[in-house]
Amino acid sequence: MNAISCRAVHKVFGTGVRKVTALENICLDIREGEFVTLVGASGCGKSTLLRTVAGLEVHSAGEIYAYGSPVRGPGAERAMVFQNYSLYPWLTVMANIKFPRQLAAHIRNRTSAEVEVASGRADALLQLMGLEQVADAYPSQLSGGMQQRVAIARALMARPRILLMDEPFGALDAQTREVMHDLILHVCALERCTVLFVTHDVEEAIYLGQRVVLMAPRPGRIDSTYEVPLPSSRAVEMKHSAQFLALKSQVVERIRDTSGLRTDLELLQRLAKRAG
Amino acid sequence: MNETAISSQPARQDVSDVTTSNRRGRRRSTPMWTIRGWLTQRTYWTLAAVGLAVPLGCWTMLTALGTVNRVFLPSPGDVAHRLLTWFSNDDLVADIGISCFRVIAGWALSAVLALPLGLLIGTFRTVQALLEPLTDFVRYMPAVAFIPLVMLWVGIDEGAKVAIIFIGTFFQMVLMVAEDVRRVPMAQIEAAQTLGASRAEVIEKVIIPSSKPALLDTLRITMGWAWTYLVVAELVAANSGLGYAIIKAQRFLQTDKIFAGILLIGVIGLGMDQAFRLLHRLAFPYLYARS
Repeated sequence: MNAISCRAVHKVFGTGVRKVTALENICLDIREGEFVTLVGASGCGKSTLLRTVAGLEVHSAGEIYAYGSPVRGPGAERAMVFQNYSLYPWLTVMANIKFPRQLAAHIRNRTSAEVEVASGRADALLQLMGLEQVADAYPSQLSGGMQQRVAIARALMARPRILLMDEPFGALDAQTREVMHDLILHVCALERCTVLFVTHDVEEAIYLGQRVVLMAPRPGRIDSTYEVPLPSSRAVEMKHSAQFLALKSQVVERIRDTSGLRTDLELLQRLAKRAG
Repeated sequence: MNETAISSQPARQDVSDVTTSNRRGRRRSTPMWTIRGWLTQRTYWTLAAVGLAVPLGCWTMLTALGTVNRVFLPSPGDVAHRLLTWFSNDDLVADIGISCFRVIAGWALSAVLALPLGLLIGTFRTVQALLEPLTDFVRYMPAVAFIPLVMLWVGIDEGAKVAIIFIGTFFQMVLMVAEDVRRVPMAQIEAAQTLGASRAEVIEKVIIPSSKPALLDTLRITMGWAWTYLVVAELVAANSGLGYAIIKAQRFLQTDKIFAGILLIGVIGLGMDQAFRLLHRLAFPYLYARS
């Protein structure tokens, strides 16, 4: 069974003249345990698609299935990691990670033994994400990278089968981002999560994804899909391999073609002439 | 204030100052005039003291010179003396007590109703559409103009005074609470939803705790507004209270008592404001945590 299955998903914003088709006829199957990255020019609807799978947006037509059951709103089996501002500033790091345990969805039918397990899980996640030192700190006292580690740990707390990530490293600097890439690959392999990961960074998309799905704007649609020809366990050196660079330039070129934006060389030359 | 900022910043500031003054021979720009700059605790409180002392000094001098008639401008000494006789002969404490009661009662009544209502307006678009335009409309109506109606409906007892303060603060408070609630970042709400939180849980465990600091600030600000309606409220058949004392003093041209009453309200308001700020620091340590 597929973890996520989108069948002819349409999403329309607004009505009448202000009607915008954000997603058109999206068909996408994601296998259990697969790591799929979504890239595309801005406005291609990649975030909208992710949010629709999360159940935060309602699709206008078609159907989305998560492990066979149709998506009708957000659910605990599809945890989402946002770019930023999603942590609870009034809770410590540990309390943020344990937040899902306060919710009825995770308390129902719990035996005391399971509560024990859950408590151990919070500690395990804290360790896994390298957060032991800051367990009692508040999010505002952490760097952006550390904050995202907390957000990921919190999302994993309730053992979601699907992890949805919306440019989670978009606000981080390049060095921190590289560290986070290896961390997220390691953690997701360990947790056996199915991941759908949105990014505008092609290198990130190829390095993390087993499959890269490229979307095109106006209307938002799936343009093409690329299997990443790299071994399943990734290492930083692979970013310099010929296969990696070839795929990267191919994807970058395709995004440029679909974006409808071009550098106007003629205009630049004319301006240069006038200036000179 | 952040001590590390105080100790680390001057060094950086000095270096840049030296280079600019050397290179361009310009006058050193003092750190005091940096846009959104910092000040040491000492400079800050010195300036604050100057800001309070200068008007007081001018006032003392103006009355000491004798150029201004005391009926128009009593001296600080007159005002202090009036405060003393007010305390010993006219039951100042009771006036303060009853005024505080009226202000706090009117304000608390507003808060009890405005907090849940504002929460609903800020959370559900349906409630917003239903109530926000109405509230916006009513809040422009002058509270003073409601006095005859309040006397007609509520009577002329304590209830009437509380009602005027309530009318003056409630409608503004509802809108401010709604705005505080709307400012809760959507990502915080959506994160809870994707973790499996129900609608009630999102409100209870995310929206309320997230907006609490802003709500306390709103309560602090509206408390100030409640005090400004005190004099108006005590226009209604009162025979006690600071506002009433000011109105009565006007009738007898006791300018010193008017001054004393106004200053007292200012001091009490300042005290309450500081108490709210202290409460804010105690209740929300995470906002003051150092990184």
